[in-house]
Amino acid sequence: MSIKLYDIAHSRAGDKGNTLTLSLIPYDPADYPLLRDRVTAEVVQTHLQAIVAGPITRYELPNLPALHFVCQRALTGGVTTSLTMDTHGKTLSYALLELFIDD
Amino acid sequence: MKQRIRIGCAAGFSGDRLEPALILTQYGQLDYLVLECLAERTIALAQKRKRHDPTQGYDPLLERRMEGLLPLLLANKVRLITNMGAANPLAAAEKIAAIARRLGLSVTVAVLTGDDVFDQLSGDETALETGQPLRASGPLLSANAYLGTDAILPALATDAQIIITGRVADPSLFVAPLVHTFGWSLTDWDQLGQATVIGHLMECAGQLTGGYFADPGLDRKDVPDMAKLGHPFVDVTADGMAVFGKVTGTGGRLSLATAKEQLLYEVMDPSQYITPDVVADFTQVRLTETGPDQISATGGRGNSRPDTLKVSVGYDGGFIGEGEISYAGANALGRAQLAGSIMQERLQDRFSDLRIDYIGSTSVHRTNFNQPPDPYEIRLRVAGRATTAQQAAQVGEEVEALYTNGPAGGGGARKYVHEVVGIVSTLLDRSRVNPQITLITA
Repeated sequence: MSIKLYDIAHSRAGDKGNTLTLSLIPYDPADYPLLRDRVTAEVVQTHLQAIVAGPITRYELPNLPALHFVCQRALTGGVTTSLTMDTHGKTLSYALLELFIDD
Repeated sequence: MKQRIRIGCAAGFSGDRLEPALILTQYGQLDYLVLECLAERTIALAQKRKRHDPTQGYDPLLERRMEGLLPLLLANKVRLITNMGAANPLAAAEKIAAIARRLGLSVTVAVLTGDDVFDQLSGDETALETGQPLRASGPLLSANAYLGTDAILPALATDAQIIITGRVADPSLFVAPLVHTFGWSLTDWDQLGQATVIGHLMECAGQLTGGYFADPGLDRKDVPDMAKLGHPFVDVTADGMAVFGKVTGTGGRLSLATAKEQLLYEVMDPSQYITPDVVADFTQVRLTETGPDQISATGGRGNSRPDTLKVSVGYDGGFIGEGEISYAGANALGRAQLAGSIMQERLQDRFSDLRIDYIGSTSVHRTNFNQPPDPYEIRLRVAGRATTAQQAAQVGEEVEALYTNGPAGGGGARKYVHEVVGIVSTLLDRSRVNPQITLITA
């Protein structure tokens, strides 16, 4: 069965220059292994191909538990000079949560 | 020595609300209040104001904030630490002194300067973002080094009730009063790592207490009484144990979920969060719910601080011109897309960097993940980069001309011109930065 990340996890976007950060935090810690196994850097890279131009690095934080994605060249040039409306990419947490994974 | 102190944070950016600061100062039983008001480009914009008028260049809301806060700070014996000095901390302190005199209050303000390193840069230094010399980005406007706890401590050692700074690392606004109070060593990296976790959780104020968290209709993302969102305080003991809370009766929610989001916010590598004080390691942090709207944090660690300081460099990035117009009803997206293609054709020869967005469809995510694009209304937005304000204005003028030269039923045209201040960063050896404290009294 396919489930949407939005239904099992929450996320907040952050920015540093042209780099986007996305946390991915399961509501139920029991879902952490599923996220860790399914939501790889490669899967996120494909999902966000319209948004992220550079490589994506994934960090695992089993203590919280949470995953953290650092996406380079994702803010169309950077917070202060981009022509987009959402120059910080703050709305992009909800782009990550659009991802469907197999249960 | 005190065994426990309480620090509140009531601003997470320059435009933040004033009310939480008043509530925290009056009812929060604070030892310290922090107002963090400097984003990356804020100081470069402030530098431009200072050049125009040497008495300006500090936080635009400083006067309004201090008029309300100053009497409460003094009455409740709360020390204020804030980076509202922006590009001109000395002028900010003079302004606070003037407000105090007007209100019949006496106050001592400690001013931290030395972050402004503009005169020490040649422009040939390498920008971390581009790998090119700084000057290649554009005419340089400002350069401010991120000062740390070691620079703030001498201000805390005075009897000043207000400590005002320019650029300092955000977490250091919290690490400094902890080190000052508990006498921690500036080379106890694990202790400073834990203090940096505390500072990082606090620095965005309302983002810890349910601001920027709510998603209505989901129990697990509900935040009560958001209109009265309260900002956080933290109780810290001499061993570094931290318990976060908020004033009873304020709105918001402080939970494991809100704290986790804030812990990772804007973090690159969670095992190496670099500040002037320490390279903090967040990977062993444990968050625990210890009561209603109460969270504890332990397990922050760290490694030795970097030999260099990060310098945020502002440059003149020209202008951006924008125009917007709405389409609604049947085939709204089709008409907006026709208008967009007309704008592309009319503007592309004049603007090498042009962007066309369909607000209501793909404007902020640059995609809609293949969901059927059938919105009832759509707003076309066109943006172009220009070297002069006059050229930038042509974008909005062309969009406005869609009224009589574009598809059917366009309305609500608006046009804007923005001045762009770009930011790049570089590294500077610590030995080239000389922080200083000045006391100003009223």
